[in-house]
Amino acid sequence: MFRYLIRRILWAIFLFLVITFVTFVIFFMAPNNPARAMCGGDQAGPVCLKTATEKLGLDKPLPVQYGLFLKRLVWEHSLGTSYATSQSINETIKQAAPVTASLVFGGAVCWMIIGLSVGIFSALRPRSLIDRAAMVFVLIGVSAHPVWIGLIFSYVFGVRLHITPIANYANFFGAPPDSGLPGGPVQWAYHMILPWMTFAILFAALYVRMIRANVMETLNEDYVRTARAKGAPEQRILFSHVLRNALLPVVTMLGMDIGVALGGAIFTEYVYQLPGLGRTSVIAIQAEDLATLEGVVVFATIAILFFNLIVDLLYAWIDPRIRLS
Amino acid sequence: MALLEVKDLRTSFKTEDGIVKAVDGVSFTVEKGQTLGIVGESGSGKSVTCLTIMGLNAKRTTMSSGEALWKGKDLLRAKSSELRKIRGDEMSMIFQDPMTSLNPVHTIGKQLVEAVQLHRDVTVRVAKARALELLKAVGIPKAEGRIDDYPHQFSGGMRQRVMIAMALINDPDLLIADEPTTALDVTTQAQILNLMKRLQEDFGSAIIMITHDLGVVAETADDVVVMYAAKVVEHAKVHDLFNRPQHPYTWGLMGSLPRLETDTERLVQIPGQPPSLLRPPSGCRFHPRCPYVMGVCRTTEPKLLATERDPSHLQACHLDQETKDREANKLIESTMAEVG
Ligand SMILES: Nc1ncnc2c1ncn2[C@@H]1O[C@H](COP(=O)(O)OP(=O)(O)OP(=O)(O)O)[C@@H](O)[C@H]1O
Ligand SMILES: [Mg+2]
Repeated sequence: MFRYLIRRILWAIFLFLVITFVTFVIFFMAPNNPARAMCGGDQAGPVCLKTATEKLGLDKPLPVQYGLFLKRLVWEHSLGTSYATSQSINETIKQAAPVTASLVFGGAVCWMIIGLSVGIFSALRPRSLIDRAAMVFVLIGVSAHPVWIGLIFSYVFGVRLHITPIANYANFFGAPPDSGLPGGPVQWAYHMILPWMTFAILFAALYVRMIRANVMETLNEDYVRTARAKGAPEQRILFSHVLRNALLPVVTMLGMDIGVALGGAIFTEYVYQLPGLGRTSVIAIQAEDLATLEGVVVFATIAILFFNLIVDLLYAWIDPRIRLS
Repeated sequence: MALLEVKDLRTSFKTEDGIVKAVDGVSFTVEKGQTLGIVGESGSGKSVTCLTIMGLNAKRTTMSSGEALWKGKDLLRAKSSELRKIRGDEMSMIFQDPMTSLNPVHTIGKQLVEAVQLHRDVTVRVAKARALELLKAVGIPKAEGRIDDYPHQFSGGMRQRVMIAMALINDPDLLIADEPTTALDVTTQAQILNLMKRLQEDFGSAIIMITHDLGVVAETADDVVVMYAAKVVEHAKVHDLFNRPQHPYTWGLMGSLPRLETDTERLVQIPGQPPSLLRPPSGCRFHPRCPYVMGVCRTTEPKLLATERDPSHLQACHLDQETKDREANKLIESTMAEVG
């Protein structure tokens, strides 16, 4: 277990270095010159350019620049400053990350609730009406694009039925005073319902299919027959013997998919005008604000690595074969 | 009253290719404290027979008929709650593959305690003490230190011992052992068989011993049922079966007895493959592989009848008694010659 832990952590550090390096190189090679951006773009004077270049260390070789970047990131926990807006990127991310986190984790909770309940039920009653309906849902879910789903949802539930808002974010901890914006947990959830569902449908579909298959397979395992031979009632067999085994691979998948889903969040944020990381990066791209974009990418990378590490630990904790190896 | 009386048991499965009749009219009885051996090649329906008695077949795709009278009560018509009460308490089962028969995410202690608590209203402490007692009885070294280990920390032979402990933990009247040693190496096989024999004396359980190995039957059983292609072809006391085998299929099995003196390889295999149970052969199901086949064998199914000499010795073969006796004697003499 201890060695497994160390291995996982070293692996995460290695991945962190590789990914940040690759990201750094990509942005390094981008045609956009940060010094020029700092000095006001096209009107940049040569003196300003020279001091800015020195100040940013742009005249140093690539490895040194990467080293400086790492040092700033690791020691100062700073992602730097945007040359376009001269805003601290940490600050920008601090604003946007909770929105995306609300979307991704709330969405993950939704897709797990749907995936577990529908998946388990259809596994227990294969070929039943519910099972068939679930398979139709899976087919739609995996083939529909989130933007399309988002537009349909906003039209049906927002525009037509007026039961949900169709745009904007409400802060969970209350809106800033005098802003006149909605805030608090209830408003937060109310504003997030449609984004959550939109975001969750694809993964809910994938998870229904995966959980159904896993549970059906586990139900055929020899140890489940052993439990029946012991005289255990079906409900106990399901919870104590089937689910724990069937859901092991789901935990791993969840860790990976949260990362994948983060990419998909861009579409949902776009449709519902949520000021999250996705929208921040879209705006940054339009403004050629590479530093902010780089900050978002690096932050997302760290977040994903972190969650994968948590999932690995969780996995080790629930699977004794790993814990005791 | 017999402990278990199986009458004309039939089980078929719905599959994509059609109906598979996996058990087709099997009858036998098991008396208290006795051992019944069920032998036959792979696919002859041994496991399905026992799974049907235990009510462990998948309900959706299985059809069963006949009777399995447990202390006079028909298990095939019992409610699932009644069956649950009997399973694991009065009647328990161990399976062929010890590597997959224990739940990998629970400690063996937890799985043993569960077996106790499903049937007895006792605390975890009491149940655990009982579990420990059984682990010692089946010969797990340092059982106190191992009760909280997980299945993957045990070898195959040790896992099978754990399975035996779990099956015996509630002092069952009947233990069904489905090829308990097939997945184990030869030395471990012998140890497990000895263990089962010893425990049978201690616990007084009756045993149904399923195997494709006549050697195991010779060592453990009182009565033997020989199955071929879902049917019983011969049924006799173990002594009679080995001294006066009446069915060419039994002769074939005896010819393929592993001999420890030479090596563990089968010396003579029965040529050919067991038939498909989707479309079994006409007449006697063994006729395509039988060296003594006659015209009648292809058209008429032989009934399972008592021999003239012995009403408890049942066999299903069209050959005349004289030929059977002659061939059986030849076989026994040649076996003796080889051994002696
Ligand atoms: N659930 C099932 N669905 C369909 N066919 C089945 C099912 N279970 C068993 N069978 C078929 O029934 C026949 C008898 O199987 P069974 O497992 O009883 O054989 P066996 O005598 O125990 O053989 P082995 O020595 O290999 O364990 C086989 O042909 C098998 O393919
Ligand atoms: Mg079998």
